[in-house]
Amino acid sequence: MSQINVKHVAKLANLPVSPKEEALFTEQFEQIISYIDTLNKVDTSKVEPTYQTLDNQINILRVDKIEPSLTQKQALSQAPKTLNGYFLTQDVFSSKKTINSAIVKSRKKIDSSNAILTKVDSKGTVGHKDLFCTKDIETTAGSNVLADFKPPYSATVVKLLEEAGLKTKYKLNQDAWGHGSSGENSDFGPTTNPYNSSKVPGGSSSGSGAALASGEIDLATGTDTCGSIRMPSAYCNSTGIKPSYGAVSRYGVIAFASSLDCPGLMARSATKLRKAFNLIYKADQRDATSQSQQRISSAKTKPVKTIGLPKEFLAKGINKSVKQLILDAADLFKKNGYKVVDISLPHAEYGVAAYYIIAPTETSSNLARFDGVRFGNDRSYFGAEAKRRIMLGSFVSSSGYHAKYYDKAARIRTLIAEDFSKAYQKVDAILAPVTPIPPFDLGAKVDDPLQLYLMDIYTAPASLSGLPSLALPCGFIDDLPMGMQLIGPRWTENNLFDLAETYQQLTNWHQQKPKL
Amino acid sequence: MKLTPVIGMEIHAELNTKSKMFCGCNAHHFRIKPNTHTCPVCLGLPGALPVPNKLAIDFTIMTGLALNCQIANVSKFDRKHYFYPDLPKGYQISQYDQPFCHHGYLTLSSDKKINITRVHQEEDTGKLIHKTIKGTKVSLVDFNRSGVPLMEIVTEPDINSAKEAKEFLKSLRDIVRALKVSSCDMEKGSMRLEANISLKPSPKPYKVEVKNLNSFRFVEQAINFELERQTKLLEKGITPKQETRGFDSKTKTTFSQRSKEAAEDYRYFPEPDIPPIVLTDSEIDIIRRKLPKLPDQQVKDLNLPENTAKLLVKKPQNLETFKTNLASAVKHGLTAEKLANFIINQKIDISKPIKPQLLALTRPNTIKDSVLKDVIKENPDVVRKYQDGKTNVIGFLVGQVMKKTQGKADPKLAQKSLLKHLQGPTLKVN
Repeated sequence: MSQINVKHVAKLANLPVSPKEEALFTEQFEQIISYIDTLNKVDTSKVEPTYQTLDNQINILRVDKIEPSLTQKQALSQAPKTLNGYFLTQDVFSSKKTINSAIVKSRKKIDSSNAILTKVDSKGTVGHKDLFCTKDIETTAGSNVLADFKPPYSATVVKLLEEAGLKTKYKLNQDAWGHGSSGENSDFGPTTNPYNSSKVPGGSSSGSGAALASGEIDLATGTDTCGSIRMPSAYCNSTGIKPSYGAVSRYGVIAFASSLDCPGLMARSATKLRKAFNLIYKADQRDATSQSQQRISSAKTKPVKTIGLPKEFLAKGINKSVKQLILDAADLFKKNGYKVVDISLPHAEYGVAAYYIIAPTETSSNLARFDGVRFGNDRSYFGAEAKRRIMLGSFVSSSGYHAKYYDKAARIRTLIAEDFSKAYQKVDAILAPVTPIPPFDLGAKVDDPLQLYLMDIYTAPASLSGLPSLALPCGFIDDLPMGMQLIGPRWTENNLFDLAETYQQLTNWHQQKPKL
Repeated sequence: MKLTPVIGMEIHAELNTKSKMFCGCNAHHFRIKPNTHTCPVCLGLPGALPVPNKLAIDFTIMTGLALNCQIANVSKFDRKHYFYPDLPKGYQISQYDQPFCHHGYLTLSSDKKINITRVHQEEDTGKLIHKTIKGTKVSLVDFNRSGVPLMEIVTEPDINSAKEAKEFLKSLRDIVRALKVSSCDMEKGSMRLEANISLKPSPKPYKVEVKNLNSFRFVEQAINFELERQTKLLEKGITPKQETRGFDSKTKTTFSQRSKEAAEDYRYFPEPDIPPIVLTDSEIDIIRRKLPKLPDQQVKDLNLPENTAKLLVKKPQNLETFKTNLASAVKHGLTAEKLANFIINQKIDISKPIKPQLLALTRPNTIKDSVLKDVIKENPDVVRKYQDGKTNVIGFLVGQVMKKTQGKADPKLAQKSLLKHLQGPTLKVN
């Protein structure tokens, strides 16, 4: 087993770490690393690595043309210190680096679930997860690093929705940077579940799920890197779509793990979701991983007749009641003319381990830009979970460990995607649970990051494979909502909407509301 | 034991594109108001994404082809991580293990081949200015240069002397200029040079990197200084330290900057924001067909003495001026070689209209006596008027000289010569 030298990794990650954190992280990393070391059981010697899930036939390039820049005033507007048109920073040659300690301003809670971070326009209907940049409106990513940050531009998704008349009402709370499955990792306090305020709402798009459930908004944006739309949809009785990777523009969405991030939407029914989704299901020239060609050629997919139930997802580790709801849903589909068959995804069990190598590696890189020179606060403002993931990612991609971890995970990713390809020769869509357990108590897992990471066991495989997955309500357990997911081959979002609409015509789970 | 110098070069050149590598900002950054050519992408704002500039990629591939490289059918961008305030994203988008071009060479006049390891694409950083404000040292950052396309050319350690290094760099620069992909202006920093210098045999393997060399002369001086310094150590049985050194152009010496005993950990991994670039052989051929003639071929084609031709092809604008004006120069009785020399020696200012300059240069500096005599003979009335004091009639006589010489004569010279005849003893009017 590999030992992480936390001090060395903190230096590599350019993060200040206190002695207390050092001790805690050392222990936690030991557990996490020993878990991801299970990947060594898989022989990947004859497997090619997958770094991105792309259909990859055309190069998306720019013609050499000058476009307008920001003005100097705009460029400097978010900087803590400037001088005569320049950004000002401490002397780079100084051997003594001033180490700051974060001074955090307290924030007023707007709603009882703590789902809302910023009120934008009372006439609006849409809530945006705070990873979506909104021009001149505070965009925090749920982190103190970006408290007061007002981006000079809007995300493509925000623009497209606004152009269609869907105005922004709120910016919504989330696990900071998208790091979390429960909604407890926001630097601005956890979001609670409107169905029971002692329970988690699911994350990381926690505010999106909670604000939809409490009726504050009709539509929410979210991002799903490994379940961050599907989890809160499942726990807050919402319907949410994590599209195929590359189907919706990532431009202006603060990056967590670039090869996995899928911006998407959440609503209170599949029909409403589908209508809004068609507005953002577009290629974007500002996102080189946005792929229009494939979308057009696959617009006519054959309708779903056969649904697969992955046996590995319903074996050990799943809560009995959750399992029963999935089986009930399968029965309902069967009764209504669908064929339901068992399938196997043998490498799915390695999804979490591979994911917790790839995503931290990419997030350690994506969060390197937060240095407090051009915008935002400095790196001492990162919360504990962000520090943990940045350091984990710096470690698994560092010299000497790259092949053992990062490269290995990329090869496991290939195997997981191949499992799906094989399954889709037999079935047109897959029905699976979103999480192994119903909404749990706030604080129950905060001291055990590995236990929280294992919540991603059923969401990781589709994320690593770039597949579309739609989560929708499928029942209640002890008055708490529970959802399931429908996973399709790439670019079959329309099939998933069809299936979900059929299911929602047969059931009324999605119409249930919390007692507020 | 005889020590052999082992030298490799790394050359960065800024590409001549209008816009930056991954965004549409103006790539021009020299003496521009700070932070006015920036956008979310090149400022590394949260959420911004890079989209590669096709022309920059074409330029890099053109350079690779001109350097006899193999062009990769599949290449990719990678992230190179380090923290510095002029690197906005905390990583530089570069190419690690699948560059656009690899395995090329450049042939020196001695027919020796210098192997090119790779030519890859990357982006430039912002610029830092260091100041002391109210007694506190600070650094100021300007991101106008951030994201400007760069190509990096890396050679094998095939160079064995400072002289060879200089010749290699000069012909490399001439090729890149002929391709018009970079101005290679070292004063403006659009071409930056680094040399990796060592000697073998040595007790332990080592490499000394000398950075920030901004002229060919400095490269020569730095290499010579290093070879002497390292020889002295090796002769004592000491392996020189593996390190990065700077060059002081005043003292013509190098100085230690930082130790490189422990390799930097850049944590390279494939850039997930940019899909791999796939180029078919026919797409590479399209770029190949766009290649202009390279200096060597141009020299042969010019049909001029080799030295003159070489000097002429060095600057593409000079060569172009030569080609477009050759026909008219010959008509004015100028040889191709003379025209070339006028251009090389800057007797012709290529930034100004060429025709009048050519005319001035080809004007004969004497006017035949017979022409002058004929004009005087044929215009007795006018000559008389002149002698009667109406000196302004000289203009008419000058005009007659110009007429007889088909305008080739220098009017000032014509006037001077006419005056000599009108006042001199040779004058006989009937």
